Amino acid sequence: MSAVTRLRVSSLDLVAPVLAGKITAIARLMSRVESGGGEVMGALEEIYRHAGKAHIVGITGVAGSGKSALLAKLAIRLRAAGRRVGIIAVDPTSPFSGGSILGDRIRMNELSGDPAVFIRSMATRGSLGGLARATLDAGDILDAAGYDPVLIETVGVGQDEVEIVQAAHSTVVVSAPGLGDDIQAVKAGVLEIADIHVVSKCDRPDANRTVIDLKNMLTMTVAAAASAPAWPLPVVATSAESGEGVDELVEQIDAHRAFLQRTDGLRERQRRIAQWRLLKAAEELLRDEFKPQQEGGGRGRAQLIDAMTAREIHPHVAARQLIEPARRGTEK
Amino acid sequence: MQTDPIRVLIAKVGLDGHDRGVKIVARCLRDAGMDVIYTGLHRTPEQVVMAAVQEDVDILGISILSGAHMTVIPKVLDLLKEQEAEDIMVVAGGVMPDEDIAALKEQGVQEVLLQDTPPDAIVDSIRRLVAARAPR
Repeated sequence: MSAVTRLRVSSLDLVAPVLAGKITAIARLMSRVESGGGEVMGALEEIYRHAGKAHIVGITGVAGSGKSALLAKLAIRLRAAGRRVGIIAVDPTSPFSGGSILGDRIRMNELSGDPAVFIRSMATRGSLGGLARATLDAGDILDAAGYDPVLIETVGVGQDEVEIVQAAHSTVVVSAPGLGDDIQAVKAGVLEIADIHVVSKCDRPDANRTVIDLKNMLTMTVAAAASAPAWPLPVVATSAESGEGVDELVEQIDAHRAFLQRTDGLRERQRRIAQWRLLKAAEELLRDEFKPQQEGGGRGRAQLIDAMTAREIHPHVAARQLIEPARRGTEK
Repeated sequence: MQTDPIRVLIAKVGLDGHDRGVKIVARCLRDAGMDVIYTGLHRTPEQVVMAAVQEDVDILGISILSGAHMTVIPKVLDLLKEQEAEDIMVVAGGVMPDEDIAALKEQGVQEVLLQDTPPDAIVDSIRRLVAARAPR
């Protein structure tokens, strides 16, 4: 495939070179997925059938917690162990200009240049929840191309962007020292989704306090699901600066993978991921159907908005009326 | 369907620690609605090309203020060819003499934006280049 033909090649024709691990094809198919549209669907169906072998690891944490730096170190260790590592790093899109600055590669200096480490930066393009719309399809592409594990780095999250847990087999939550006290550690949200806790920047003097807070928090979660086999939630202190703890993190990720395989947890998570993707895909279909610029619907959209603005009908009722004709249309 | 943001990778190659300019350029392009991938300082041509290919960017922008442009940029062009990714357009930025600009364009650099190029002109050049290229 030359550069010239790459311009016009159909997405379906990219599938074979993707499966053969060709970098340019993988990259281009990812761009097509990000663009969306129907042309790429056939290729994605094919890719989906070939994916499902890789261990999908989510890395999440607040902005500035050191996810990218840790990811870089992690990938270097995995690479040294002979694995082909796929990385998808998600960064926010500007709500004002629609542009973005994707800076994760800055921390991955030692990695770039090695074709066995595939790094793709992805802007959220308005998606909430910490991932971009195309993230999981891009993960499938890396998976099908033979990268394993596939590491997905979310945007810097607040307390509530927990989509990654619906998308990964193992979730690593990175906490940085010096952010909040032990009450933060017992709050609901991001911390709850961890399979592995990391306290980054452990070269800093206050890191040990964060480790202790987290460990205390974990002792409080007494046998939440006593029936299921328990995974002892580890807290790993790491330093991207010195490399401390990174080997242990690799071991814990592998241990979690082995645990899932041993306990049928993997199947359960695969089902959970499938269910979530089904819902997301359905949402997307609906959203495409009812794009603001499109007219139509049972009662006209404008009428529904008028009635809602006048507080005559509830959004829920209006939404039902909006989608009713589409539903009837598919039932015939 | 909305049009995709233009993807630009901006790189500093070799022994050149002056990155204030590229950061400003990155910010301007972001504000113009583009996805900007910044590699950081001191990259090799190999790293930059692998990054551009994996990121599947429209534009590879190389900023050089060290005077090494006639070694670095031809190397980047060669590596892109090797990867069969010549559809990634190379734009050079920085300080370089007129005769070098002509030579670089001859070799396949799409545009050379010197240190006094206003931000709007940078945005315009990139939009123009991407608009003129076949859709991919």
